[in-house]
Amino acid sequence: MTREIAVVAFAQTDTLRTTEEHSEVEMLMPVLHAVLDQTGLKTADIGFTCSGSSDYLAGRAFSFTLALDGVGAWPPISESHVEMDGAWALYEAWTKLLTGDADTALVYSYGKSSPGSLRDVLTRQLDPYYVAPLWPDSVALAALQAQALIDAGDTDEPALAAIAARCRATDNPHAQLRGEVPHGDYRVRPLRTGDCPPIGDGAAAVILAAGERARELCPRPAWIRGIDHRIEAHSLGVRDLTDSPSTRLAAERAGAFELPHGLKGMGGTPTVDTAELHAPFTAQEVVLRKALGLGDEVRVNPSGGALAANPMMAAGLTRIGEAAARIHRGESDRALAHATSGPCLQQNLVAVLEGDPR
Amino acid sequence: MSKEPVAVVGIGQTKHVAARRDVSVAGLVREAACRALDDAELTWADIDAVVIGKAPDFFEGVMMPELYLADALGAVGKPMLRVHTAGSVGGSTALVAAGLVAARVHGTVLTLAFEKQSESNAMWGLSLPIPFQQPLLAGAGGFFAPHVRAYMRRSGAPDTVGSLVAYKDRRNALKNPYAHLHEHDITLEKVQASPMLWDPIRYSETCPSSDGACAMILTDRAGAARAPRPPAWMLGGAMRSEPTLFAGKDAVSPQAGRDCAADVYRQAGIADPRREIDAVEMYVPFSWYEPMWLENLGFADEGEGWKLTESGVTELDGDLPVNMSGGVLSTNPIGASGMIRFAEAALQARGQAGEHQVERAGKVLGHAYGGGSQFFSMWLVGARPPES
Repeated sequence: MTREIAVVAFAQTDTLRTTEEHSEVEMLMPVLHAVLDQTGLKTADIGFTCSGSSDYLAGRAFSFTLALDGVGAWPPISESHVEMDGAWALYEAWTKLLTGDADTALVYSYGKSSPGSLRDVLTRQLDPYYVAPLWPDSVALAALQAQALIDAGDTDEPALAAIAARCRATDNPHAQLRGEVPHGDYRVRPLRTGDCPPIGDGAAAVILAAGERARELCPRPAWIRGIDHRIEAHSLGVRDLTDSPSTRLAAERAGAFELPHGLKGMGGTPTVDTAELHAPFTAQEVVLRKALGLGDEVRVNPSGGALAANPMMAAGLTRIGEAAARIHRGESDRALAHATSGPCLQQNLVAVLEGDPR
Repeated sequence: MSKEPVAVVGIGQTKHVAARRDVSVAGLVREAACRALDDAELTWADIDAVVIGKAPDFFEGVMMPELYLADALGAVGKPMLRVHTAGSVGGSTALVAAGLVAARVHGTVLTLAFEKQSESNAMWGLSLPIPFQQPLLAGAGGFFAPHVRAYMRRSGAPDTVGSLVAYKDRRNALKNPYAHLHEHDITLEKVQASPMLWDPIRYSETCPSSDGACAMILTDRAGAARAPRPPAWMLGGAMRSEPTLFAGKDAVSPQAGRDCAADVYRQAGIADPRREIDAVEMYVPFSWYEPMWLENLGFADEGEGWKLTESGVTELDGDLPVNMSGGVLSTNPIGASGMIRFAEAALQARGQAGEHQVERAGKVLGHAYGGGSQFFSMWLVGARPPES
């Protein structure tokens, strides 16, 4: 019998174009206090802490060590860090709770994109010998993916514009872009400004708890029924950019296509009412919907998704947090949350969250 | 619910050198991974997930390089996690991988850590100035030298203890074909006459800058039963962290290190580490950290650690051998250094350490630390599976 583990609290900053008056620790601390306050826990009550961030955004080695000051790691804490989006920090914390070594975990992640040129910085993620020297930036690579989708007949430019408009119609108060946003000129054809995520700074935090502890801390915990992640080849030339087999496999492993309580679903349709997809570019939502077989009956990105706010390293964890928060509030019974990393959706994580029956 | 026991069934590392100009980063990590697979007599298809670790991405100039390394490490279609906990990362990476097996999420996991420091200058990579934040000074030695001086003052240790550690570790390295430094003409006099870098740390008491990778295959009971060679069993493992700087921090013997060791000993049922643990592979980047960690890890009382070193207890044929591989003082690809410690502990427990094998290696501690003496990761491995 595996241990039941749930998301019991979630908090996020407003995502802002720039936060130059705040250090990363100052940006993070209110979020850490907010999740702890939601549960009444203190740092010393937390069994395991795990975070996600990137030295390349901070522009210095070991940047995450300073974030520990925001946690208040004294007396010393059991703690780890991934150089990945916080969704993967949550995955590590989930395994820690599964082993029984801890009953609660604090997961956080943050990213400040404002100090540098994000498009240039992200080119440093690419194969350092054959690709990075050409400096192909993240928007150009996403445009290749969008063009491949259009060429395959999976979408067209008006459909992409509609995705952007739907996402930004959100009532999410933390969003950076919301309401009527002009779709703009081509950034890199066929992607227009409106097809691209805003560049912003932000942080998010989540608390996980196991079994009865989760029920004590949250009236309606968001139980993690399954979570899995998969990576694809790095070279874009060997991938079909119109599909995301890693997302589909992760979703299968996470039980997205099974009925609640373990009954097998029919025909590969995910049995969720809500999906929070980490699709920074409009065309990527098309890829993910296709890979996951999401129908029109599923509410996709009520938070606005990454098109409304895309704090690097935190936007994936935020998808899990947003999905969980809807279950906490009784607005969803079974939700799928997705996070991505790398160029053109190279690496993908899927979590399936469920609330107790009402 | 009990945890699945975790076994080390494959270990591989590269020959550590100052610069591997013959291979790419991908070539370097693949070499270590293939050697670990060969040791376990497994193939890429047997691996369920990959957990990779390294220190700052600036050292190679590749942001989140695991994305680019997915193909070289056979990770396509599999889960891949990237850990970064400063200098302790090699140890933490192994522990994250072990957690996947212990939690029964996966049966067999490849874990790997690397650094290719010749791609940049590690010392200056560690010294980027940030406005309004504490500078780490020029390289790690500038940060740690005052802590060594504090230890010398507190303990009253003779000035020569550091050179004894360096002389021992560099001689141990001569027995380890994978060690970076092979100083065949090393003498104690040469160590003591080497230039002073960061008083009291001399050039020969300092770790080198290396290119290297280390990999391990971790598996469950069923995997261990199929292993062609004796596995090493994980008896306990833990991580602890504390802030870099704060009023009241004991930089000489940090509380996080003490707590981490206590957690490992509790899991393994160790009451007296000095009697019950046979050998230790610990993270000693500057010679004086051997006596400092001997105290922090509970092998000696406060202020007494240097006496173990001085009396030869920590020699390869001593009663408590320390850094049989030659240690970080002989090999330091920073991101891999923690995993090399963990792997050496497992090699010893498996009886596979060759010329630097110690006679009695029933229980061996692997230790790593990082940041400003603030991140600790440790595991205790043994020749026999955990009880219960």
